[in-house]
Amino acid sequence: MAVRVRIPTPLRRFTGGSEEVSVEGSNVAQAIEDLEKKCPGIKERLCDEAGKVRRFVNLFVNNDDIRFLNSLETALKDGDEVAIVPAIAGG
Amino acid sequence: MAARVAQDAALTQRPRKAESILDLVGNTPLIEIKRLRDNVPPRVRIFAKLEGLNPGGSVKDRPAVWMVRDGLQNGKLCAGKTILDSTSGNTGIALAMAGAALGYPVELVMPANVSIERKRIVNAYGAKTIFSDPLEGSDGAILLCRKIIAESPGKYFKPDQYFNEVNPRAHFESTGPEIWGDTGGQITHFVAGIGTGGTIMGTGRYLKSRNSSVQVVAIEPDDAWHGLEGLKHMESSIVPGIYHENELDRKLSIGTDVAYEMVYRLAAEEGLVVGQSSGAAMVGALRIARELDAGIIVAIFCDFGDRYLSTNLWAGWQDWRERQQSHH
Repeated sequence: MAVRVRIPTPLRRFTGGSEEVSVEGSNVAQAIEDLEKKCPGIKERLCDEAGKVRRFVNLFVNNDDIRFLNSLETALKDGDEVAIVPAIAGG
Repeated sequence: MAARVAQDAALTQRPRKAESILDLVGNTPLIEIKRLRDNVPPRVRIFAKLEGLNPGGSVKDRPAVWMVRDGLQNGKLCAGKTILDSTSGNTGIALAMAGAALGYPVELVMPANVSIERKRIVNAYGAKTIFSDPLEGSDGAILLCRKIIAESPGKYFKPDQYFNEVNPRAHFESTGPEIWGDTGGQITHFVAGIGTGGTIMGTGRYLKSRNSSVQVVAIEPDDAWHGLEGLKHMESSIVPGIYHENELDRKLSIGTDVAYEMVYRLAAEEGLVVGQSSGAAMVGALRIARELDAGIIVAIFCDFGDRYLSTNLWAGWQDWRERQQSHH
């Protein structure tokens, strides 16, 4: 499945500045693996050593928080959008 | 010296009767952290200043009210104008409160992913919310706010919290004297997070004006990618005009996970349910405390935790709780 991953400003240093990266995967975990291949270093920012999504990281599939779907096992289909949403900084 | 301290203390008392909710801003209490000490030497005392007890629920009531009153005084805020600013949330709540209390409309630019609690609070005050792209963070809100003002320059009064010197002045005139008075002039270290930089700059300046050896310690996230809502990682952000790093004695980098766990511990061990920036400030205060033989540390606790119950802060609580129970 080809899906688009939307990258927040603080992680664009891993994507050469791109706001969006196209990856392959039939669920969110696979999409993250493919994202890591294309943008080395980014997975560690999203997941902890045990492979779980970090506590402060929000992942959305087509505007739905995966925490309320099937977490990393949430299925993806062609054309889906995965968004990595940052916490809110400053003031 | 003693007389000057006494005079400051007299200035810092909350009125028993007020004509406006805005008159109740400031004069927040210090609370000593006595149980959660993690091997801090006995002659080091740690106090938290509970800014959540401001009427709008955060430290941001101070700059918001000061900036709005300054706008009224200098005529930039007058009949027909709308108050507009970008905010990550707490300043928005404070401006919405001030606008409602004074009869001015308020519009706020916030990243779309601010907590549902914040959105509902500002709406309850009657403020209009404009949402910026969540992926662009609070810098995206800053840029969208500038664009909106450029399109209708005459319509708005912008408090401009990131660039208005009245923001740190609010702390120079209130937070600083309160801490000085409430510690009897004995404070040795001041610890606060950097959001706009207003708190650390204004309070730090005041404290140093009274005793130049007071150490001013800023808390910032350890990485551009963090979960400490309300705090800014300066190196990767639009740097606020009011922020002058050369006035700080030290900067401590705090990780998101340790700050969150400190929030959970403050609730369980001190009876204080606070926001994540307070957790980060407490981690920093303990780090400083363990380096000292004696001292009085004051940390700013910006707000309470109830406005984050729908956020990631509490999503991790259950895991943490289970881990604690399995250790015992």
